[in-house]
Amino acid sequence: MAVTMAQALNKALHDAMEDDDRILVFGEDVGKLGGVFRITDALQNKYGEERVFDTPLAESAIIGTAIGLAMYGYRPVPEIQFDGFSYPAFEQIVSHLAKLRNRSRGTLKLPVTVRIPFGGGIGAVEHHSESPETYWVHTAGLKVVAPGNPGDAYSMMREAIASDDPVIFLEPKRRYWMKEEVELPVERAPMDRAVIAHEGTDVTVVAYGPMVKTALEAAEAAADEDWSLEVVDMRSLSPMDTVTIVESVKKTGRCIVVHEAGRTLGVGAEVAARVQEQAFYHLEAPIFRATGFDTPYPPAKLEEYWLPNADRILDFVEKSFEY
Amino acid sequence: MPYAAQGAAAGSRPRHPRRTSWWPDERSLSVVDIHDAASLLPPEDPVHLLDPDGTFHEHGDYPLDLKDQDFLDLHRYMVVTRKVDREAINLQRQGQLGVYASCLGQEAAQVGGAYALGENDWVFPSYREMGAAVVRHVDTAALLHLYRGTWLSDHDPYEHNFALMAIPIGTQALHAAGFAMGARFDDNPIVVMGYFGDGATSEGDPHEAMNFAAVFQAPCVFFVQNNQYAISVPLERQTAAPTLAHKAVGYGMPGLRCDGNDVLATYAVTKRAVERARQGDGPAMIEALTYRMEAHTTSDDPTRYRTEDELEYARTFDPIVRMEAFLKQRDLWSEEFKAEVDELAQSEAQRMRDGIYDAPHGDPLELFDHVYVDPPRDYAAQRAFLRAELDAAGGDA
Repeated sequence: MAVTMAQALNKALHDAMEDDDRILVFGEDVGKLGGVFRITDALQNKYGEERVFDTPLAESAIIGTAIGLAMYGYRPVPEIQFDGFSYPAFEQIVSHLAKLRNRSRGTLKLPVTVRIPFGGGIGAVEHHSESPETYWVHTAGLKVVAPGNPGDAYSMMREAIASDDPVIFLEPKRRYWMKEEVELPVERAPMDRAVIAHEGTDVTVVAYGPMVKTALEAAEAAADEDWSLEVVDMRSLSPMDTVTIVESVKKTGRCIVVHEAGRTLGVGAEVAARVQEQAFYHLEAPIFRATGFDTPYPPAKLEEYWLPNADRILDFVEKSFEY
Repeated sequence: MPYAAQGAAAGSRPRHPRRTSWWPDERSLSVVDIHDAASLLPPEDPVHLLDPDGTFHEHGDYPLDLKDQDFLDLHRYMVVTRKVDREAINLQRQGQLGVYASCLGQEAAQVGGAYALGENDWVFPSYREMGAAVVRHVDTAALLHLYRGTWLSDHDPYEHNFALMAIPIGTQALHAAGFAMGARFDDNPIVVMGYFGDGATSEGDPHEAMNFAAVFQAPCVFFVQNNQYAISVPLERQTAAPTLAHKAVGYGMPGLRCDGNDVLATYAVTKRAVERARQGDGPAMIEALTYRMEAHTTSDDPTRYRTEDELEYARTFDPIVRMEAFLKQRDLWSEEFKAEVDELAQSEAQRMRDGIYDAPHGDPLELFDHVYVDPPRDYAAQRAFLRAELDAAGGDA
């Protein structure tokens, strides 16, 4: 059956809440409206206003009260409505959500799953298309994941909610309507492992979240040129499954990392550093990064020039063949 | 009662009658009756029960439900607090603590407030709540690890329902509100006290915390110790509001004020807020007017921003001297009692000193032990790296 990523996420939330009555879903507009993207659709009808509730408009409070609720014994799944609005909650996430376990020498656990629709490509207004993942990946104590397809969206959401560590769950909003033939519920797979989304022999393309589909498009187009691309879907950005990436690069000898976020100190920089540390003698070419630019996210009419697409990936692939 | 049964949506909250609005169909868009709102306003004068000479005044709205033993206990807690606070400063001077934030002068505010809580209630402190910790029987030595630099924190919050001290200003108010929301959802009749200072009232998080607590009718008491300064910045540079307690009205909760150097008034006012919250009537904010007699922290130089005259004046309001005078007026004072309290304070201070003096830095490899419940695989490599560095240095540095 073809399901969209939005449906898969919604189903995952329904199933998780069914299984564990300590799970609470809250945020702005998640109740009656079912979320602006309908990811929390019908949850309130099913589980009531005590477990699925709309909050006042205040991101720091959404995360800060999630921390208190988790300390009390609930498993909160708060929603930040858009990536660009996660910044008011930055302090609560970085100084408290991520650190309280460490600060308490392991006495506290914070099973909080922060859902953040992220990334561009939907023609949105300013502050609705950002890729803030580096901030979270850089913060010890958090897990950061981003699914690349509906099946993974289901599986990873269930894994994130089941995790006793805080998880930043980045939902690639431009892929909410992406369909996949999959029977839900899918069998859950550990969310901290990368997978080979497309096997190939010439170049490893590492991607996550919204760029997995783009990378797969590039792999398909590359076949026309007789280039064989291997696409690694990272799935988890923190922890990072370096093993899978490095194994792939050892096989192909070339590596392109793809993400929407700006290039400098992006996830690609970390992947490149790890690959050159661990697979230096296997590399036939420098590791390239097909990313967004080091500029603010552009206005919607210009985002197609900013966001990496299959062509940008293929240009880097071609460049890597020059070595 | 679960909050949903009370009508979680702001517009359907039953406690305040609606006023007729300008809205054409007469459906009110306002939450609180504007006249009713006046009842949330703080009194013009802070509630005050004890004069500096120990004379007690009844207050019609705040009857005291305390027995002689409570009076003695309140005094005992304040003396112990002052002593351990002094000892912590000594420890800092001896290089045992990197820094320390004293609560000298705020003993009544902290002890009186915390004394109004029940055993199952919770406290979310800032970094200055040594007095509240003493009342909760938290191991004060464990709290000092934060200042010593051995561990970021070293007490089990669930043992005495006392959360970790928070250094970012006012952020813990949200954890208190969230915890209280949990209690509300769970029909658990506990009350959560979130402490913060006058400076924190300028931060965003306490505002969001009070708003959330009020909207969800969470059993949360926000206890503001107005000690007059945020490091060097005096109250008049912190707010233009008539009083800090006035801010509560904006959230639809009562703003209460008490003389924070009067342990009985602080207790009575807090007790009322706590009982109100426990009954399901929602949060309240208390402004306890007090004065920080010491520096902001041991690293601060208060002579740059306040005068000796001001300090001298503040000393005339000393909360412990006042309580002592009250006990004498009630014939509860004796030399034996004084000796017993002094001895207890001394032994508590010594116990704290023993617990922190030369406390080892612990195992460096513990750096990796408490970050995640389920640690990343590559932690093993980083841990092994540190292990190798330690071995090369000849064992645990």
